[in-house]
Formats: sequence, C-alpha cells, structure tokens
Amino acid sequence: MNGKFVKYILKRILMAVVTIFCVITITFWAMQAIPGGPFLSEKSPSPEVLAQLNKLYGLDLPVGQQYLNYLKNSLIWNFGYSIKDARPVNEIIQTTFPVSAEIGIIALLVSIVVGVFLGSLAATHQNKLGDRLIMVLSTASVAMPSFVIAFLLLLVFAINLKWFPTLGTKPGGLVLPIVTLSLYPAAYITRLTRSSTLDVLNQDYIRTARAKGLSNSKVLFKHALRNSLTPVLTYVGPEFAYIITGSLVVEQIFSIPGIGRKFVESITNRDYPLIMGTTVFLTYIMVFMLLLTDILYKVLNPKVELD
Amino acid sequence: MIGNFKKNPLSLQIDYSRFLPSSKEEKEKQNVFRKPTTFFHDSMKRFSKNPVAMVSGIFVILLILAVIFIPIFWPYSYSEQLRITYGVSDGTFNNLRPFHWSNTEKELIANGAKLVPHIFGTDSGGRDYFIRVIYGARVSLTVGFFASIIVLLIGSVYGAVSGYFGGKVDLIMMRIVDVIYSIPDLLIIILLSSVLKIVLGDSTNTFVTTLGSGMISIFIVFGLLYWVGMARLVRGQVLTLKQEDFVLAAKASGAGGWWIIRKHLLPNAMSVIIVSAALQIPSAIFTESFLSYLGLGVNAPMPSLGSLCADAEGTIMYSDKLYQLLLPAFLICLIVLALNLLGDGLRDSFDPKLAK
Repeated sequence: MNGKFVKYILKRILMAVVTIFCVITITFWAMQAIPGGPFLSEKSPSPEVLAQLNKLYGLDLPVGQQYLNYLKNSLIWNFGYSIKDARPVNEIIQTTFPVSAEIGIIALLVSIVVGVFLGSLAATHQNKLGDRLIMVLSTASVAMPSFVIAFLLLLVFAINLKWFPTLGTKPGGLVLPIVTLSLYPAAYITRLTRSSTLDVLNQDYIRTARAKGLSNSKVLFKHALRNSLTPVLTYVGPEFAYIITGSLVVEQIFSIPGIGRKFVESITNRDYPLIMGTTVFLTYIMVFMLLLTDILYKVLNPKVELD
Repeated sequence: MIGNFKKNPLSLQIDYSRFLPSSKEEKEKQNVFRKPTTFFHDSMKRFSKNPVAMVSGIFVILLILAVIFIPIFWPYSYSEQLRITYGVSDGTFNNLRPFHWSNTEKELIANGAKLVPHIFGTDSGGRDYFIRVIYGARVSLTVGFFASIIVLLIGSVYGAVSGYFGGKVDLIMMRIVDVIYSIPDLLIIILLSSVLKIVLGDSTNTFVTTLGSGMISIFIVFGLLYWVGMARLVRGQVLTLKQEDFVLAAKASGAGGWWIIRKHLLPNAMSVIIVSAALQIPSAIFTESFLSYLGLGVNAPMPSLGSLCADAEGTIMYSDKLYQLLLPAFLICLIVLALNLLGDGLRDSFDPKLAK
C-alpha cells in the first residue's frame, strides 16, 4: 500500500462518482424529453386528480428543482413510488434483484468453470482436433444473439424433448435461462483462457517446472493457470454486471420476474420513478464491479503501471 | 560496324561480339525485380491465403448484392399485405407455407396468370416472407454499416486530436472517454432509444419519417456511446506515430496541427482503424437485433431480423410454422459469424503483429 496506489484508488472512486452522476443526469433529462407526463398514457384523469398526482410525485415543481430533488434522493437511495404498482421502487428492486442476481451468479460460475476448463484444454492441445473443435464452437456461440440461443434451447429441450419447462418460474425452469446466459461468457472466457495460457506456457519458468519432472497436470494447475487467469478475472467483474443487465431478454422469454424484465416493463409503462430507480441502481452495481475489478487487477498484478 | 567483321577462329584477338550492347530482351531478362508491392497489395495477398476469411467475405458480398438487388425486381414489397393488394377478403393469404398459394392466387393461376412463388410462404399478416427476410437483412446490414461509420468518424477524429495535442487536452478528453466507457451501455441504449423513439415519432420531418424514428435513434445512441473504444485505439496509435521522423519533418516545413493529423497521422493509423471498424459492424448488428427484439428498433412495418424473430416468437410451439422464426434467427447468426470471421481475417492480414 504505497502512496501511488492510494492515489490510484481515490482517482478511480472519483471517476465512479462522476459516472454515476452522468447516468443520473442523462436519465433525468431523457425522461424530461418525453412529451406528456406519465399519467397521459393512462385513461386521462380529471384535471384535479392530475394536479393531485403531479403534486404527489413532485412533478409540479420547476424542472431544476425536480432535478436537484432527484439527485439528492438517488444519493440517499430513495427512488420514490412506482406509478404503475403504487409500491416503493426500493421494494420492487428488493424483490426483483435477488432473482436476477441468483441466475446471474450461477450463470457466471458455470461459464467460468466451463470456460477455464475448455480454454486450458484447448491451450494444452494446441492445433489438435480438440482445440480446433473448441475454437469452432466458441466462435459459433459468440455469433448468436441471446434470444436466438434461448429459442433454440426452448425448442430442443423444452418443446421437443420436454426435459425442462418453458417457464422460468416452474421447478427446473431456471436451467435453460442459465445455460442461455452462460453460453456467451463461457465462449469468451474459453478464448481468453486459451490465449493467455498459450502465452504463459511459453515462459521459461514453465520449462523449468517441466525440467524438474513435474507432471503435465501439475505444471498446468500449479504454475500456468495461476498466472494465466488474471485476464479472466478482469473480465468476470464487469461481466457479472453485464449479465444482470443483459438478462432482460432472457427474463422476458422465460417469464422470470427479475429486474431486467421490470426495467423493460417500466419503459413500456412510462413508469418514470421505476425507470430512474432501476437505471440508477443497476449503474451503482456496474460501476462498483468495475471499480472492484480495477483495484483487484492492480493488487494481483503489481507489474501493471499505475497511470 | 563492329558487328560485321570476320575473325580468324585461331586468333587470340578479343572477340568483339562479346562486347556488343545487349538487346532490349536481354536487358529485360536481367531484370529480376518483381513488381513493387504496396502495403495494401501485401495485405490482400495474405488475406487471399486465408480460406475462412475468403469464404466469409464472399458470403458477405453476395448477401450485400442480394439485399440491394432482390427488392428491386421482386414483385412483392415488404409492407404489402397481399389480401389488400388483390382487394379481396381471402384469409388463405395469411401464414402460407413455402411454395403454397392462396385461393385467390390459385384462381389466377388457373386462368393462366404467372405469379412468383412465395419461397418462404407468407407471414401472419399475409406478406411475402422471403422479401421480408431479405429486407430485414438489408436493414440489419445498413444499421451495422452506418453505425460503424459513425463510430469510425467520431472516434478517429476525437482520438487523433486527443493523442496529437497531448498534455491537458489529452487528459481531459480521455477522462471523458473513461466516464462514457463505464456507463452501462445497454441500459442507456434502451432508455435513450425508447425516449428518442417517442420524441422523434411525433416529428414530421421527411428525413425522419423515411428512415424511421427507430433507426435514427439507434444511430444517435451509437454516435453518443460507442465511439469511445475507437477513440482509445486511435489515440494509442497517434501517440506512437507522432514520435516518428516524418511528423518532425512536416512540422519543420511548417505544417499545422490539423494538417499533420489529416495527412500524416490518420492515414498511417488507417489499417488499424478500418479493421476495428469492420469488427464494429457485427456488434452493431447484435445490438440492433436486440433492440428490435424488444420492440425498440425499426418502426413497423419495416422489418429487421430482430423484429422478425420477435414477431414469429409464437410459432415456436407449431412445428409447421417454425421456419418463420428459424429463418431470420439463423440469418442473424450467419451474418454476425461471417462478419466476425471476415474482421478477424482482415486484422490478421492487415496487422500481422496483432495475430495470435
């Protein structure tokens, strides 16, 4: 922990704060740009009711005041009430986020295990049949949008083979969404592991380890993987946040009551407090994961220059 | 004169014929230089030796030709509901299977009319599905292409300026890039495109109405968020290039900053820029299909491959109509795969240092 490192962390935290501020600002002004208030899309209420509603949600204040209120509320984690559900936005996030987080974490773990395994397998068998096969598969899965993967899995495993239900809420229903979500990161981690392991396997200390007479698996697990997994780690942090936000299509297809689905719903309903709440909340998570990854990366890899 | 004088075979005199000036053909024989190659030539040579990239390139070119020319001569249009075209209330127009005819068309054929078959059948609105898929591919490719051009323009100019001027300018410009980089793009894209769609949807501007508010909002979002990766890349290139002697020479002869960026730095960074722009296309197509799937992409009735998938989502339960979902879905995968492989091939051949 030298001064340079502390300075770096402080700088990163400052950047994170600026990012969050930007997202809050963008969100607020984007909402303001939509013509007509949130209550116009409903069966038009009478002017008195409308005035009451606007007062309740603070929409009668001048725009600048609304913006400041919103900034303040975002900081103290108070996103107000959802217009559609008449529940606090915090409560909605509290019920939907764990659902997404559960799928996201499992999908991420699956993709790490599969990716690291296949990637190191490919690296140790470079240019052999197994390596080629793994690379072809990973190239193909990187080219598939998540909804296409979801449809194919549904078609084969839910409709034709009937192994899993089509709805994510039924028992065993989370298997297909998790596979869908983990396919892309798994393919990506496979490529990442392969290339970094290939780099490491050419290093002198690996030759030394082999010269000592260590078995192949010992060389791989004790010496090579420890060093080759650093890039994978830096990918995993942001990917966690990405999986959670990116899962909205998957949640839509499998009807999973997660935060991604709520977000899309809130946009089609023009539920302003909910839109702003979920956006800011997900930004908090994303920025935090990025921050954590950056710091971890420097800790694990002291050779990296602090800029 | 020297050529035609006779020599005694036993004489030790110098054989003058050996000292004749050589003819043109002989001179050319001595010329062992091959044609000078350019950087572009060299790269294309490497590229043509990569069969995977070549096949992908040919596929992409054929597809581009198909999406440009097929809509010109195809007798059905993507938005035309055949029932309305023929002015009949014939329910058999909807959901025709491939190469099948509706009752009205059967009658016409029986009367000797020649009609173009519905290769992929029709959709639930009675529109020729083949032209919708082709048009969807056209929309997806257009979005990918223009989005990457926007990214290329903004990113390369921003990165070049930042890298060239350095110092405080660079510091501030790069902090802005860092902030945009860590904004959760997907959320903001969904947010902005839904807002822009509503805002632009009311516009009566002819430019907006012809392109559709959905497509314009996609371009705006890309222009706002996606250029940062390109800007970082170009900045890195410029930082190394500006140490080169030719930049010093240009400065010495009095060239200004903008001139040097335009004439010396950007052309030298071009191969890296173009390759990464090529790899941007599939990612733009990905994002577009994702947005269209969520209903935030192009405006109906204009199809994109993503919206076609979303429209045909319900057919997953019916194996006889399943092709309506699978056709656009596979086409997206094929396009993205081919563009990815093409981009990788271009990178390997134009920038061999980067190849793994």
